[in-house]
Amino acid sequence: MISLDDVSVTRGDQSVLESVSASVSEGEFVGLVGPNGAGKTTLLQTINGVLAPDSGTVTVGGLDVRDASARELSRRVATVPQEATVGFEFDVRDIVEMGRTPYASRLSRGDYREDRRQVEAALERTETAAFADRSIRAISGGERQRVLLARALAQDTPALVLDEPTASLDINHQVRTLSLVADLVAEGKTAIAAIHDLDLAARFCDRLFLLANGSVAASGDPATVLDSRYLDDAFDTATAVATDPVTGTPSVTAMTDPPDRDPRVHVIGSGPVAATVLARLHEAGLSVTVGPLPDGDVALETARGRTIEALSVPPFGTVDADTERRLIDHIEAAAATVLVDPPLDPAGTVAEAAADTDQLIAVESDPATGRASDRSSTAYERLRDRAVVTPPTSVLETVVSTAPEQELSADD
Amino acid sequence: MHRRARTAGLSSGLLVLLIAVTLASATIGPVDVAPLVVAKAALNAVGVPAGLAVSSESTRLLWLSAPVPVLDLTYAYPFSFSVPQSSEIIVRQVRLPRIALAAVVGFALAGAGVVMQGFFRNPMADPSIIGVSSGAAVGAVATIAFPLLLPFGLQTAAFAGALAAAFGVYLIASEGGRTPVATLLLAGVAVQTLLGAMVSYMLLHAGESLRQAVYWLMGHLHASTWAEVELTLPLAVLAFAVLLAYARDLNVLLLGEVDARTLGIEVERTKRLLLALSSVMTAAAVAVAGVIGFVGLIVPHVMRLLVGPDHRVLLPTSALAGASFLVATDTLARSGPAEVPVGIVTAALGAPFFLYLLRTREVHAL
Repeated sequence: MISLDDVSVTRGDQSVLESVSASVSEGEFVGLVGPNGAGKTTLLQTINGVLAPDSGTVTVGGLDVRDASARELSRRVATVPQEATVGFEFDVRDIVEMGRTPYASRLSRGDYREDRRQVEAALERTETAAFADRSIRAISGGERQRVLLARALAQDTPALVLDEPTASLDINHQVRTLSLVADLVAEGKTAIAAIHDLDLAARFCDRLFLLANGSVAASGDPATVLDSRYLDDAFDTATAVATDPVTGTPSVTAMTDPPDRDPRVHVIGSGPVAATVLARLHEAGLSVTVGPLPDGDVALETARGRTIEALSVPPFGTVDADTERRLIDHIEAAAATVLVDPPLDPAGTVAEAAADTDQLIAVESDPATGRASDRSSTAYERLRDRAVVTPPTSVLETVVSTAPEQELSADD
Repeated sequence: MHRRARTAGLSSGLLVLLIAVTLASATIGPVDVAPLVVAKAALNAVGVPAGLAVSSESTRLLWLSAPVPVLDLTYAYPFSFSVPQSSEIIVRQVRLPRIALAAVVGFALAGAGVVMQGFFRNPMADPSIIGVSSGAAVGAVATIAFPLLLPFGLQTAAFAGALAAAFGVYLIASEGGRTPVATLLLAGVAVQTLLGAMVSYMLLHAGESLRQAVYWLMGHLHASTWAEVELTLPLAVLAFAVLLAYARDLNVLLLGEVDARTLGIEVERTKRLLLALSSVMTAAAVAVAGVIGFVGLIVPHVMRLLVGPDHRVLLPTSALAGASFLVATDTLARSGPAEVPVGIVTAALGAPFFLYLLRTREVHAL
């Protein structure tokens, strides 16, 4: 239905899209995801004819966009824009009626019964009929977004292009809007939508295109595309992908610290005391990393809840080579490492990783005995000898006073 | 359809108003003419096109003169009431041409004002914004101040100056086939300033003709003739008719150019057409009547408050209201002890009314 073949767009001397090839089949709902400035809007504009690509071909339903007149194209593709600013006080119905422009005739009155039928159907479908006679400027941003969708429906086209259709909607209307689009697709329309919210994109789209730096970094079904391997690079941040327990679709969480920014404090230790320490340090605005933590540990939950980057290991498992390498990275990058009680460290990996760091703080809660194995206990003692020992209540003060000041900048 | 009925109703109402204002205006003047006599004389003046005749006329175009075949309409006059001859002459030859010209100029300025405000998506825009009026002023003042330099008439010079200025602004603001509205606006302001400087300089050296030039600049309908009406009316009506066919496109353009394109409008082509037609309309008005401010700004504004933003309704109603408005203000301008240029009256009435609207209705939110 829609196909892009080797499409490049430059603005000034900046390349916005670089030989992008992609296609959307009839009856498919494709989500366009990617960071700000990746070229999502530009790509959509090559489809609806607003932008002519510098090279490459875009076709919609076999029609070459370059050769098509605005009118021909607007009978094939309807666009829901990111936002509409309307300078004068039109009624909602007037705006939706403008969707009939591609069928209007300048000299005759046209088929106004069909126009009216389409307009009323679009108003009903998008639940905007209730305020059809109000001014477009008197309704909320979310309502206006749905009016724009109604306008696109009134255009009665086989293909829909949506640019952030849910950007200004509340969670209820986000879901309602996207399920409406999904329904329309099920009825035979073809849709391509730029969607910021990865979870929503995963939930409603048949396929996703991940756009980064002007090219398609990954494409396929949501589960394939929403993978930290692609996402980390595309969004330039660390991401965690889990399965949403309610919808069963992928759910992506971005971590606070992008990998190229130095974490400031690394916390080793598990259990409620570690959780408290994490919360306190994070609350104070410090950049915090934590781990290794066994899955299901309360400290791990705290870390995830606060999007603190955490290294996790299976329960009762050992630290694998990859996690160990990342642990060493974290500790090296940190201005201070906080040990919360003797860690569960049967293989001694953690103690080994922390062996070289200068700024060590050991937090000891009272009953901190008899948990660790002998071997790790000895290793812990060695670390403890070099560390500043402090009770959990004064961990923040100790961290701030111990670590070299200039490195402890607040998390931004 | 609801909207069509409403447009037709409003338009006929305004047409009736225009006729009433016209007749009322024709009774006013140094010599009192009874309304009934005015009505009879006016009806006597109504001509119905009855046939076509071809005549060969020697037309002077710049320095060349050549015989050109001209199509002439012949008119039949269906009414012949008996009216005192002096009254007939006053009404038909003095007052009606002036009233008719006022109506045509008001119609053109208000119609062009609607298009400009929609085009620029700015309620403060008026037809002079792209330099049409300043260009006309340069042409007119040059002819008045240096009559020997320019071999053609005042109106031709003003008309040419107006179109040249608008076209110049358009060329300056266009790049690679696109004409961004903001650039057009800024180029218009800059060109207006430049042309204003030229007018000031010419006025400085105008000598004897300074008074005449200033009078022209203030906007006037003094000593209007049927010939001027015949020049202006066809241009204004023709341009208006095409603009009316584009009223829906103008609505869609208000959504922004990107949205308009996705709704099937060839944006740049439509913009060029709207700009050209409204410039021609304004130029035709300014060439015969000088710079009459505020009609193109305030009439569309008030009508938008009354009938809403839909150009299919707004354009015809504004144009008709503009005609009535200028006939009425010109009547005021000429009914005092000494005649005042109508531009002063429109501004003196229009500005306070505009400020009143600004304070009482939410015009500032438009």
